[in-house]
Amino acid sequence: MSTAFDHPEYNYKVVRQFAIMTVVWGVVGMAVGVLIAAQLAWPQLNFDTPWFSFGRLRPLHTNAVIFAFGGCALFATSYYIVQRTCHTRLFSDTLASFTFWGWQAVIVAAAITLPMGMTSTKEYAELEWPIDILVTLVWVSYVVNFLGTLAIRKESHIYVANWFFAAFMIMIAILYVGNNLAVPVSLTKSYSVWAGTVDAMIQWWWGHNAVGFFLTAGFLGIMYYFVPKQAGRPVYSYRLSIVHFWALISIYVWAGAHHLHYSALPDWAQTSGMVMSLILLAPSWGGMINGMMTLSGAWHKLRTDPILRFLVVSLSFYGMSTFEGPMMSIKTVNALSHNTDWTIGHVHSGALGWVAMVSIGALYHLIPIMFGRKAGEMWSIGLINLHFWLATIGTVLYIAAMWVNGIMQGLMWRAVNEDGSLKYSFVESVEASHGGYVVRVLGGAFFLTGMLIMLFNVYMTTRDAKKEAAVAAA
Amino acid sequence: MLSSFWSFWVQAIVIGSMIGCGLLILYTSKGQRKDETTDQTTGHSYDGIEELDNPLPRWWVFMFWGTIVYGFGYLLVYGLANFDGIGKVTVDGEEVTWTATNQWKAEVQAFDEKVAPLYAEYLATPVAELAKNEAALQTGQRLFKSYCAVCHGSNAMGAQGFPNLTDHDWLYGGEADTIKQTIMYGRQGAMPAWGAALGDEGVKDMAQYVRSLSGLEHDAEAAEKAAPKYQQLCVACHGAEGKGMQLVGAPNLTDEIWLYGGSTKQIETTLRYGRAGKMPAQAEILGEEKVHVLSAYVYSLSQDK
Repeated sequence: MSTAFDHPEYNYKVVRQFAIMTVVWGVVGMAVGVLIAAQLAWPQLNFDTPWFSFGRLRPLHTNAVIFAFGGCALFATSYYIVQRTCHTRLFSDTLASFTFWGWQAVIVAAAITLPMGMTSTKEYAELEWPIDILVTLVWVSYVVNFLGTLAIRKESHIYVANWFFAAFMIMIAILYVGNNLAVPVSLTKSYSVWAGTVDAMIQWWWGHNAVGFFLTAGFLGIMYYFVPKQAGRPVYSYRLSIVHFWALISIYVWAGAHHLHYSALPDWAQTSGMVMSLILLAPSWGGMINGMMTLSGAWHKLRTDPILRFLVVSLSFYGMSTFEGPMMSIKTVNALSHNTDWTIGHVHSGALGWVAMVSIGALYHLIPIMFGRKAGEMWSIGLINLHFWLATIGTVLYIAAMWVNGIMQGLMWRAVNEDGSLKYSFVESVEASHGGYVVRVLGGAFFLTGMLIMLFNVYMTTRDAKKEAAVAAA
Repeated sequence: MLSSFWSFWVQAIVIGSMIGCGLLILYTSKGQRKDETTDQTTGHSYDGIEELDNPLPRWWVFMFWGTIVYGFGYLLVYGLANFDGIGKVTVDGEEVTWTATNQWKAEVQAFDEKVAPLYAEYLATPVAELAKNEAALQTGQRLFKSYCAVCHGSNAMGAQGFPNLTDHDWLYGGEADTIKQTIMYGRQGAMPAWGAALGDEGVKDMAQYVRSLSGLEHDAEAAEKAAPKYQQLCVACHGAEGKGMQLVGAPNLTDEIWLYGGSTKQIETTLRYGRAGKMPAQAEILGEEKVHVLSAYVYSLSQDK
């Protein structure tokens, strides 16, 4: 990319690179998502090939949206925010560049190995050991670069967004390495060092904190910068930031056990997992309140600013799914919801509604700046608005379909006849879910269409910006 | 059971975290303003972002305390590490400490008690008579789909190695009580491997002879050669005329029903390597009541209606 848009003080190049790739990987990851959703509705779409089958594409989808889309969004925004709020350039441009190219290499390696069936079989940690090592190297460089930047800051205090980023990247480093410890038997195969119930617990210690730290703490960091920026209002309450930050990061690590209710996990671990998940409700909502109340005095801006709308709706979905989560962790509720589509719906109300929407809002604010324009000055504001409605409707369709399916499946599986036999066979519940699966494909397609429109809008913005820069230079 | 060190460790950090949250609320709300909202900031500005010094929302603090108190209550009832908790469930008529296993036992027992009268009534009716009771047959069919269909198929027509239950042909006998016996205690079908005794040629000849028994297309000369061997080696179980013997579960070879297939190749494989059929015993798994109802259902499948 040209040097015309380089900032005299800050490293914008790495932010620009990650921001553009966020949009690109978002389109790719969500396209795979729509495809596998369609495979569940119409199994013929597996085409009887192993590498195109649901079982291999599903981890590709999750890795692409979490680590490629979500990861790039976190890199872009954290590098941007830490420089702006510390009033200093990144600690190391070389490390920044290494994290960008290293992370893209990880994504490409994942996109090749997962469809080939190379997998460690651990959810959200499927990548085999050589890729894990690269991930670790990139991640450590990221942590060093970020904390290094905090260390050389020119502001006396550290802004709250940076607390969340720091907590997220340190915890992810610990959890990722802990869960992926394995004994390699060949270049493409390894076995976990953990066994049995311990393996399951370590897996969900990681799995739930991929949600808690990667997808929550990290994106709260994004929220704490872009919401007040876009609204032009001060953050509602500094005190609330303190309480909900410390409570959130100390309680979240406990919650993973709720994925293993009614399993071989010892009762006390299940019990403490459930209790901690419930206590997590208030710390989670602290972030929502702080974001929402920041808008007091600026609510009228929602009428004209679709970027702010993205940010506010993302907070609503965040609040909704962080209420749903503790509720689903209650053992009696979990007995109904576990293994049903309700879980998938819950994840997507967080993933589409919160993570994707807050990232999209932040990117619409950020990308024009990266190309020498003012915040939010995209090629078309109308298309942002269209994207907003497609994303919102898509998310609602998706999660509503999964609620209906999930609760129906849970009720069908537990229904018994008077003689004590099961009322429905499993396949009957699959058959009954078909309608919901079709609606899900539709919801996903809405969301994906929005992302394609965003890609177009970003392309047009950069094209215009480059033209302007060329004219200015001449 | 955890060692006392680990038990204490778990209790200390779980309860410590919960108390920690409470202290965090108390400490942070110290000195906060009483009036609801303010324009007062903390005095810092980060890239133009300021932070207001608003108090913690009161309803939110209540909710936070509420979940912490609920958490303590929950731990008190359900226990933590080596502390058992005061929650009780009833197993075998006794009050015992709540554990997931005890809760499961209690629920299963309560459910079994609920359906017990129905099954007791069925058990009192002989299988052949029960096979005329529509309601019982429906129950039997549901049980069959849950426990039997995986091998015998949901239509009970079997598959290779798994007998068809609808064809009036019985390995061990199709009387009502025999069927019940089969389901209760299982069956071990054993066809020995004759490859070594017969030799390669012998196996091929014998396969032709076996095919001749049910009038299938065969090489008469080869069959002729194998006939004396049959009367020596096979007759003990399959009988002189190849009609089989239900006492040992030896199939009738003359009826064109083949458990492992009737092609020359399949018969040769059976002769050469033998076969081991296994019907698992259900007495311990399902109990006599359910087996009784299942027997009636299976029996009904081969009764002409």
